[in-house]
Amino acid sequence: MTGPLILVVDDEEQIRKLLEITLHTSDFSVKAAATAKEAIIMAKTNNPDLILLDIGLPDESGQEVLKKLRQWYTKPIIILSVQSDEENIIKALDNGANDYLVKPFRTGELLARIRSSIRGIIPQSLNTHVFNHELEIDYNLRAVKKNKEIVKLTATEYDLLVLFAKNEGRVLTHQYLLREVWGPGYVNQSQYLRVFIAQLRKKIETEPNQPEYILTESRVGYRFVAKDNF
Amino acid sequence: MSKTNEVDNLPFQKFSPKKQYIVSVLSILLVASGCYFLSDLVGYRVVAFILLVTVSLIAMFFDIMPVLVAAILSALVWDFFFIPQKFTFAISSAEDLLMFLMYFVVALVNAVLTTKIRKIEKLANQKEEKENTLKLYNTLLNSLSHELRTPISTIIGATDNLQSMADKLSELNKYELISEISKASLQLDRQVGNLLNMSRLESGYIKPKNDWFDVNELIYDVLNQLKDELKNIPVHVAVKENLPLFKLDYGLVSQIVHNLVHNACTNIPKYAVITVRASCKQDKLVIVVEDTGHGFPEDEMEKVFEKFYRLKNSKTGGTGLGLSIVKGFVESMNGTVDLKNMPEGGAIFTIEIPSELSYINLNVKV
Repeated sequence: MTGPLILVVDDEEQIRKLLEITLHTSDFSVKAAATAKEAIIMAKTNNPDLILLDIGLPDESGQEVLKKLRQWYTKPIIILSVQSDEENIIKALDNGANDYLVKPFRTGELLARIRSSIRGIIPQSLNTHVFNHELEIDYNLRAVKKNKEIVKLTATEYDLLVLFAKNEGRVLTHQYLLREVWGPGYVNQSQYLRVFIAQLRKKIETEPNQPEYILTESRVGYRFVAKDNF
Repeated sequence: MSKTNEVDNLPFQKFSPKKQYIVSVLSILLVASGCYFLSDLVGYRVVAFILLVTVSLIAMFFDIMPVLVAAILSALVWDFFFIPQKFTFAISSAEDLLMFLMYFVVALVNAVLTTKIRKIEKLANQKEEKENTLKLYNTLLNSLSHELRTPISTIIGATDNLQSMADKLSELNKYELISEISKASLQLDRQVGNLLNMSRLESGYIKPKNDWFDVNELIYDVLNQLKDELKNIPVHVAVKENLPLFKLDYGLVSQIVHNLVHNACTNIPKYAVITVRASCKQDKLVIVVEDTGHGFPEDEMEKVFEKFYRLKNSKTGGTGLGLSIVKGFVESMNGTVDLKNMPEGGAIFTIEIPSELSYINLNVKV
């Protein structure tokens, strides 16, 4: 067991057990904590490669734990939340969580999120970026090609795509996207985001209604995913 | 549920106390002045009866205090304007004095008795309401214990088998048991979700959080959530071109579409097709979910939106909550839901929800 170390923080023993077995089987090393206090100590002593953090802990709010961890811990944190708790999810993402999973989650989804988070964010110094062997972004020329054909994007569409590409695999909240692409004064202008997402999908997706790249995260935001990238 | 038992059946009960006093006094004065012109024809004793009838009518609708005021006022008016020695309170004959006193007593008793009867009626209504609530809870418990216990029994039974008879089971048996566990747990998850939504509705906790969304994106998002259930069912999506964005609660609208599509896919026969349409009518979002199944029995169409109602010949697996959640959510956004059978068979649900609209011109640089 020399795979990446994952710290599981959840107050329910059933969930800890389930996650330990699941992660062990997929060649991860696992440590588990049941309380916020334990979580902080174990994160400091073990320096895990990723933390799975339940947002509803008994002794302290998961949001607080998240803030404390983020003062020094820079590796990925994925939060576990219960259904219909979008506000908490958005808050956690704002507090520095990389991703979230809603209980009950499927094992395939869990492993995919963990792998994508550990793989990390692509270095920003690259000049070009190719996703799924077909979608190419040339950062120097500010040009985008799909299957070798130039895709004409407006400046805003291009900025949006680049932000997505540089955060591949990561969920970006509506507010974050609006702030980064349009500016702090636009965080409530969600209509722009909706229209530009639809427009961008028409240009880069093979099937705009069943997108492969820009996925909708209901009520939270969007996630850009690619099976392969170089 | 709580709304109906507080409202008295009588519409005038909603009058504020102040209005009740004003209306009582005015009606006595109006009737009295009418009688004044008739008093030559009918005699002053008949006027007493007319006034009594007026007090009785007021007592049927108003609270006790305004009625008492009307009773006393009418007695005084009768005395002053009608009993001989008009325009004085003085009563000359012993007969008239007796009449006046009796009038006074009858008017008061009348007022008190009528209000009492109304109170008793109200209590009876409340009792009936309570019994209905109890009935509803019993239905809930029955439905719940059945719909939750079925998947739980499956899980317990299947895991017992896997634990104690692992060496006797073939690989195929094991695979089958595991997939039953998986199905049962997803079913449990859905039931719990339904119950949570229902209790949100019941507690009046739902406050729509409106934000702009693209209805095309919403529909495909919902279909994506239901992709396992829709594996063998073709779904057509027909969204009008150039629809505006709508400003509504994304979660509520997607739950509505989710429940309608899920309802269709669990109830239609093989080879049937589901179509989801979206359009904009004036300032309303219109979403239509239709299927080419058998439709609903005409005599049950009214009831399908009721809590825990399940079609008489329906398969197991539903809580009878999905469509009532649809109705509750639609109404929480001031919208309407309509169900019809299509002439060629199949059901068609139409949702209309009033919304703000936004047409953004993409040629304008933002």
